[in-house]
Amino acid sequence: MKTYSIHLLLNGNPVRVDVAAQETLLDTLRNKLWATEVKNGCGKGDCGCCAVLLDGKAVNSCLTLAVQADGKDVTTLKGLGNEENPHPLQESFIQNGAIQCGFCTPGMIISAKSLLDENPKPSREQIREAISGNLCRCTGYKKIIEAISDAAPKGQLSD
Amino acid sequence: MSEKLRDENKSHSDDHVVGKPFPRCDAKDKAFGNTKYADDYFLPGMLYGKVLRSEYAAAEILSIDPKKAEKLSGVRAVMTAKDIPHNETITRFGQTHTVGGFEGLYRILADKKVRFMGEGVALVAADTQAIADEAVKLIQVNYKPLAGVFDPIEALKPEAYKVGEETSNLVCYYKVRQGNIKEGFASSDVIVENTYRVPAQDHAYIEPEAGLAWIDDDGVVTIQVCTQVIEHFREIAEVLGLPYNKVRVKGTWIGGGFGGKEDITVETYLALLTWKTKKPVKLVYSREESIICHGKRHPYVMKYKTGATRDGKLMALEAKLLSDAGAYVYLSPWVLLYSTVGAAGPYKIPHIKIDARTVLTNNTFSSAFRGFGVPQVCFAYESQMDELAGRLNLSPLELRRRNYLKKGDATATGYVLEHYAAFPETAEKALAALGEKSKSKNPAVKIGQGIGSSMTSYGRMVFLHDTSRSYVGMEMDGGVTVRCGVQDLGGGQASSLTQIAAEVLGVSMDDVRVYVADTALTPIAGTTTATRQLYMSGNATSMAAQEVRKRLLEKAGEILQSKPEGLELRNRKVRMKEDPERSVSLKNVVKACASAGIPLFHIAQFNAPSRELVDFKKGQGQVFPDFAFGTHAAEVAVDVETGKIGVLKLVACFDVGKAINPQAVEGQLEGGTIQGMGYALLEDVILEKGMTRTPSFSEYLIPTALDVADVRCILLESEDGIGPFGAKGVGEPSLVSAAPALVNAVKDAVGTRIFDLPLTPEKILNAQKKR
Repeated sequence: MKTYSIHLLLNGNPVRVDVAAQETLLDTLRNKLWATEVKNGCGKGDCGCCAVLLDGKAVNSCLTLAVQADGKDVTTLKGLGNEENPHPLQESFIQNGAIQCGFCTPGMIISAKSLLDENPKPSREQIREAISGNLCRCTGYKKIIEAISDAAPKGQLSD
Repeated sequence: MSEKLRDENKSHSDDHVVGKPFPRCDAKDKAFGNTKYADDYFLPGMLYGKVLRSEYAAAEILSIDPKKAEKLSGVRAVMTAKDIPHNETITRFGQTHTVGGFEGLYRILADKKVRFMGEGVALVAADTQAIADEAVKLIQVNYKPLAGVFDPIEALKPEAYKVGEETSNLVCYYKVRQGNIKEGFASSDVIVENTYRVPAQDHAYIEPEAGLAWIDDDGVVTIQVCTQVIEHFREIAEVLGLPYNKVRVKGTWIGGGFGGKEDITVETYLALLTWKTKKPVKLVYSREESIICHGKRHPYVMKYKTGATRDGKLMALEAKLLSDAGAYVYLSPWVLLYSTVGAAGPYKIPHIKIDARTVLTNNTFSSAFRGFGVPQVCFAYESQMDELAGRLNLSPLELRRRNYLKKGDATATGYVLEHYAAFPETAEKALAALGEKSKSKNPAVKIGQGIGSSMTSYGRMVFLHDTSRSYVGMEMDGGVTVRCGVQDLGGGQASSLTQIAAEVLGVSMDDVRVYVADTALTPIAGTTTATRQLYMSGNATSMAAQEVRKRLLEKAGEILQSKPEGLELRNRKVRMKEDPERSVSLKNVVKACASAGIPLFHIAQFNAPSRELVDFKKGQGQVFPDFAFGTHAAEVAVDVETGKIGVLKLVACFDVGKAINPQAVEGQLEGGTIQGMGYALLEDVILEKGMTRTPSFSEYLIPTALDVADVRCILLESEDGIGPFGAKGVGEPSLVSAAPALVNAVKDAVGTRIFDLPLTPEKILNAQKKR
């Protein structure tokens, strides 16, 4: 089986890793780079919990080949912030009770980040649209939508 | 009046921890990606497991030849039924049947006969996942396909194909008899009779089943797994033929459960493979495997006949329930019992006759799912209520008002309600919160509103003699440690314990560390099922903390020269109630206790009230410790040209007893309501002759952010629950009445009622055509 040596920036850190041609970025991240904050919920692009930013754009890492990430920036939930230096979305998800089991959270926050990067003042409907590829079975989405609204720069919000 | 009803925006004293919407103790780690789930653990040298699953729903296994698989390089073990020390274990359910000695069979791997498509037939452990995946394909199974039976009505016929080894497919049969049903209908002016059907529903937790097992330094088989029931360690030990204390289950933070991780999933397979290979083994289900192989919410056929007088007094209710247990018994008898006891709803009805049966078929087995048999009957009895209201020219609310049970009234099984029943106010408030009916801008789009009420138990059935245990201890720096064997599904089970311990011991939530879900190291707290953890383990933790508090106050009393009753614990200090300036730090009290040899920890056991087994021939007696009462209200927009249903508003109004954490309770109500919405409008596990036609999230549709309305929560606090601080459990109740509220709203909008879920646009259009 042919393998390729790829190079990528994972949350700002340069890494080199050998991958098979058909290997998904999800498998590489979880099983070779130990980025287990990227979740595997379906492996088919239906649930969105494996979402990462690839050069700033949200993608399902289960539908992305590892070789497609060669030379690119890969950002996971951990790349956005940590307890000492949290991203506003992370703080907002905590404060709004937007996290229950937490399994969808890594992909959900990545999709929200991608949305806010493109549209800093989204309406609730635009938020719904942006996270419609991220399934959550616990929350009913209300507190997630509120958390994303709250993390957006203040002074907007309309339906 | 002892019941204090307070609304959502009540004020909170700053000194208290309970009752405030603090972020949960697990929220930060989840937000920063630090939380490990079952599939996030790895061990050096671990093997990868894979299950070979039956291609047939009904077949005889003539032979299994594992040789080719065993010869594949990298394969470390292949196991079939004959390699398992005790492939069958038996759960006894008591006198619950009319068909001879009833026992629930749990079979690890199919033996001789295959009962459903996807049943485990063989196990493999290999050096890599790819090798394990390849190896299962090399196992040669010679099947002789059999006819099978896939319809529960067919399965009941004497000549039906027999799913198991018994002479009948009937699993059990319960009856409830109250009053005289003939007299009841004779004295009714209006009688409504309908048949309702509900499909199988998948839990669709986002985390598929996963685990990792190894043998530790002391020879203990250790299984780290996402489970709602770490106490399966005993059953696993029996399968392996080991003493109970040689098997340990460590529960992980769970990525959703909803009842689907209540039965054993990967853990027995893992234990067997690690026992055989003496190496760590990991096993993770694919999404497809998860949907095909784990238990579902039971499909039901429900015949309801309800009678009332002209002035809207319910006189008689007759219900015939039949549920599809699928291929193995699992929890079907219990689920059916919940349906039977709940079949008449939260109404006072003098004449009741209920006959409930569950039957084996060759479909994927059915078992526990949030609501546990109650959402099915609630859909039926609440549809009946609206049909009756229409015939009587009463509003749905008014008919319900005239019939709701109150404290002191007897339920269908003759149990007299001992606690406050929040009717009609949950219905009035829920409906009022919808406001005026929205105006439709499009003449083809019709707007409707509906309600659904329910009473759903929390806590296990009282004849099970349920218990929970919790350890609370002080650390020398004034911090608090809780050890309690709760499994945290994501519903805040662990966090509520930190909040309770913090309240009792006068510290902040951040001062409390909670260890959960380990059969070796945390006191056994029972299952995270039956909406029982806040009630049971909350009480146990409160009891343990109270005992520690008592000792601290006694010692502080010596220091402050006060009677303990004159002291309180707040903000990491013990202070005089009358003179808060006079205080001693908690840390110094702890030190003084330590010097005096006073134990700074306590393990408490909470025993739920226990009763004798009910009489299943008449169905009379107390079955549950208490109920949560609530109402859902919904507003929908139905396009009569396309059949499309838009959900405009959803309200959930529940008496939660006491909101230990209002934000967490809202989370339960919001999530439960939306799962109920999925049940009503979208979700349908389609099986064709036992084959699952909806094995992924592109066929099995659950609500997305675009499908839902924001759920408005109205929390009432009677403080009359039997949990800590008067709390009730609402995890399951929050789902139950959402579906009938939506169905009733659709009827209100377009005038047609749909009798089988889910309410697809196709069914709406067909029903419109028939009118």
